[in-house]
This record gives sequence, C-alpha cells and structure tokens, in this order.
Amino acid sequence: MADVKKVATRASYGEALAELAAEHDDFVVFDADLAEATHTATFKKAYPERFFDAGIAEGNMMGLAAGVATTGHKAFASTFAMFAAGRAFEQVRNSIGYPHLNVKIGATHAGISVGEDGATHQCNEDIALMRTIPGMTVIVPCDDVEAKAAVRAAYELDGPVYMRFGRLAVPVVNDPETFKFEVGKGIVMREGTDVTIVACGLMVQAALEAAEALAEKGISAEVIDTHTVKPIDADLIVKSAQKTGRVVTCEEHSVIGGLGSAVCDVLAERCPTPVRKIGVQDTFGYSGPAVDLLHEFGLDAEGVAREVEEFVRA
Amino acid sequence: MSDDELKQVANEIRKGVVTATHAAKSGHPGGSLSATDILTYLYFEEMNVDPADPRKADRDRFVLSKGHAAPGLYSTLAERGYFPKSDLETLRHIGSHLQGHPNMNDTPGVDMSTGSLGQGVSAAVGMALAAKHWGNDYRVFCMLGDGEIEEGQVWEAAMFAGNHALDNLVLIVDHNGLQIDGTIEEVNSAMPIADKFRAFKFHVIELADGNDMAQIRSAFEEARGVKGQPTCIVAETVKGKGVSFMENQVGWHGKAPNDEQYEQAMAELSKEA
Repeated sequence: MADVKKVATRASYGEALAELAAEHDDFVVFDADLAEATHTATFKKAYPERFFDAGIAEGNMMGLAAGVATTGHKAFASTFAMFAAGRAFEQVRNSIGYPHLNVKIGATHAGISVGEDGATHQCNEDIALMRTIPGMTVIVPCDDVEAKAAVRAAYELDGPVYMRFGRLAVPVVNDPETFKFEVGKGIVMREGTDVTIVACGLMVQAALEAAEALAEKGISAEVIDTHTVKPIDADLIVKSAQKTGRVVTCEEHSVIGGLGSAVCDVLAERCPTPVRKIGVQDTFGYSGPAVDLLHEFGLDAEGVAREVEEFVRA
Repeated sequence: MSDDELKQVANEIRKGVVTATHAAKSGHPGGSLSATDILTYLYFEEMNVDPADPRKADRDRFVLSKGHAAPGLYSTLAERGYFPKSDLETLRHIGSHLQGHPNMNDTPGVDMSTGSLGQGVSAAVGMALAAKHWGNDYRVFCMLGDGEIEEGQVWEAAMFAGNHALDNLVLIVDHNGLQIDGTIEEVNSAMPIADKFRAFKFHVIELADGNDMAQIRSAFEEARGVKGQPTCIVAETVKGKGVSFMENQVGWHGKAPNDEQYEQAMAELSKEA
C-alpha cells in the first residue's frame, strides 16, 4: 500500500467538524488545550466563535458539554483518549451517559501508535471503559473516509457517542464515492472462507494487508471492519463465524474488554467459535516511533499474518 | 409573595422533606433542610419557570450540584406543582420517579442529573455558556455544598465561568459547616470560601443568614443586577434547620427519621404553620 494516500483520522475529525459546521449551527466544539493535536484547530480557525477551550481540565470540559446538551443543542468534546475515557470517565458516565445527552466525544491519540510520548499517553483501555456505559455508542473508524462519515453519523445520532481517532497517518482504504456508513453495521472488506478477521481502527488496514499475504499461502481470510464496537454488528459476526469456523480479532487496544471481548461476548452466546485475540496483551506501552511500536507489538500486517497462520494451522 | 408567605411555603416544603425521608427510610434530610429557604425563594419568587411546561425553552435553570439534597428539591417541586405531593412518599422506592439523587429524565422540573459531587456545577456553567452563545436570556442557578467544594472540578468550573464572564450564572454555596465525617474545618476546610470565589473572578455576596427570607431576597436582588461576571452567594445556613434535634447535627446528614422522630419533627413544623 506504499502509494496509497495516508491521513491520520484525527485530521479527518477536524475537517469533518468544519464541514458539518457549515451545514448546522446547533453545535459547539470544546477542547482541553490540545486543539492543534486533536485537529479541532481546523474547526477553530473556520468557526472561532463556536470553539471553546476548557483548558487543561477534562472533567469540567465533559460537564460543560453536558450542560450545553441539556439546552437542546449538541456539543463535541475533544482531547486525547487517555483523558477523555480515562481521567474523565466518571464525568462521562454520570453527566453524559446517565442522562443520555447529545455529547459527541472526539478522542484522539488512542493506542500505542501515539508513539514517542510513551505509556502515560498511550490509551489501550478506552474502548473497554466506554462500552460499559449504558447507551454509549463507540465508534473506531479505520481511515479518513470512515472517520469523516463517523463524525457526521455521530452528529445525527440521538445520544452520546465516543469516537476513537489515531495520531498516525494511515492508508485510505475506502472510496469516498461509494462508501456507505451505518452506525452498528460492520463492513465486509474482503470475503474469505478459512478464517474471519474482525478488526477496527488502523488494524483494518493491517488485516487487509495480512489477508493478501495469507492468500499467497493458501489461506482464505474474510476481513470485517467493525467500525462500531458498540452496538456491535452481532449478526454479521455470527454469520461469518458460521462460515469460516475461526475468528481472529484485531485491535490497537488491550485484549481485555475491547473489540476482542465484544466479539467473544457475541460468539459465546450465539455461536461458540475458537477465537484468537490480537491486541495489546495486558501490558503498558513504551516510547518509540509509532510504526516500530506497532511492529514490536505484532500489530502490523506481518504480525497479524503470523498469528492468523499459526491459529489456522494449529 | 411576601416574606411571610414564603416562610409558610418553606415550612410546608420542610414537612415534605421529613415525610419523604421517613417513607424512604434513608436519604439526606440535614442538607435538604439547610437549603429549603433558598430553594423556596428560587422556585416561588426568583426563577422564570412553569410547572405546566417544565421544559419550556426560555425557562431559568436550576442545577442541584449537591444532589444528595434531592428530598429538598423534590419537595420544592411538588409544592410548586410539578407533580403531586403524595409522590414524595415514593422517594427511593423501586419504580418511583424520585430517585435517590436527581435524574432529569425521570422527574419533571429537574434540569440536570446530579449526585456525584462537583459535576453539577460544570453542567450549570455549560448551560450558561449555551445561553450566551445562542443569545437566550434565561439565567442559571446552581447550588453547591460547602463540603462539595473540596472537589477540584468545582474550581475548574469556576475558573471557566469567571474567565468567560458568565453573568447569567448564580452559584449558591449552602454553607452549613458540616460534612459526613465532621465539620468542614475538621475534614479538609475549603475556607475562606468567599475569597476563593472572588479570586476566580466572581461577584461574591455573603449571605449572613441563608435561612432568613428577607436576607435571601436582598441577596438575589443584588445578584440580579450583577453584570460582567458570575455571582456566588455564600449562604450561612443551619444543617437540619427547622427540626430541633437535627439542627447542627452531623449525624443527620444521611439518616432518615424513625416513626417517633417523624412524629416529633412534624409536630414541630406544624407549630410553625
């Protein structure tokens, strides 16, 4: 995919906000002193009067957004995943989730691909935290096209949404002309018969590349992009598992509580199937260039192909 | 209403607090009773609200950041006509719209779900910001406990409100001096309260007796005229006010009266009427 255009989904977030603002004047955007990094600066530049900086006070930012939402308007609240889902968990749970308010959380810099900043800023727990909140929709887009569509869908949806974006520029694999996004509906990116790979975020690209390599070794892998981790597309996952008989989950997140767990929840109840979970294996990250870290953690095409092959041949 | 009429209303609301917590066999009477007179003034005199249309767009908002004083808020809303007073006896019961802490989606007249301390004030600031941004002229009132202001989030919210000069926002600190583990001085004092809010760019009104209707009236009249900065009313109150054996007793923060105590409390409040 060397020649493919690469965009970080955090950049898509900022652009999508500015595009959305041109059509709707019923929302404002909050950030917590990270506007350049989260790319809400793109929105701020176009609509300075609709942008509010809460400063380094993420808990209060979530409450401000909730207060705005009680008035019948909508609010986007943006910071790094570590602070949105981690530090402000209880504000999100009690001030946004419990009253089911129209706050759309744009969490950037998720996972180990934060890179050099290291473990304190590499959030591998946010999907787990957010999907435990009743009524919270959790979306983990894989590329620019999907991320922009997710922002639009989050705006349209009634209720709280957690959107997970990345720092690293990643290949654009969806065609903006034909792409259709529906909250809660997974996308079969590639059909296969031997194994199902369920992925979200930048692991979708890794899974697609791995599937190419696996095909050369005679393994037919189906790749499903579950951009919505909650509510997860249970029917699609069960249907594919029934066909292939093996499921591998891929996420740039802890294997505890994230996509892998969500898929296991579905399969355990509806279609018991052997599962291999690829992700961060209950450990903290560390500093390094993002691409190198992903390789070390086995979260690139090579790592996915290796795991899948071993799983299928076992 | 005259001050005397408001005092009568407050007395009825106090009976509702005692009745509700007695029926629930749990709940927080002490901090509900310290706040009752201010809640009465807000809902019967100060705020633009309509019980027949609890969500009307241009209404003034009230956020009970010290959400454990829910019996005080519920009794006030019932007295004001948002729902039948008999509902108070269902407080904290399964199926009741009166949850242990306020939920905006359950109870008519509740503008924000609160209970986790420090969070309501942020939402109130967000409401005030929204009013300014979309050009609405409603005002936002928010009551905090003096123990609650130990939460750091309160000061994050205050910083934002002060910096954004939200003069449509009035915070009220129910300064009854007691929190669960003791007096606020014993536990972890946030004193001096007034100076802190001044430092956060608030116009501060020190209300010497927050259980005196005439003084409450003059504080809110002063707040009405404040422009260019938010207001904080620091109200000296008596925890458990109006029920002799509850007054200034830390033990009555989160305890319900038994049958005998209920009879005595209601008898005392009936003498007031």
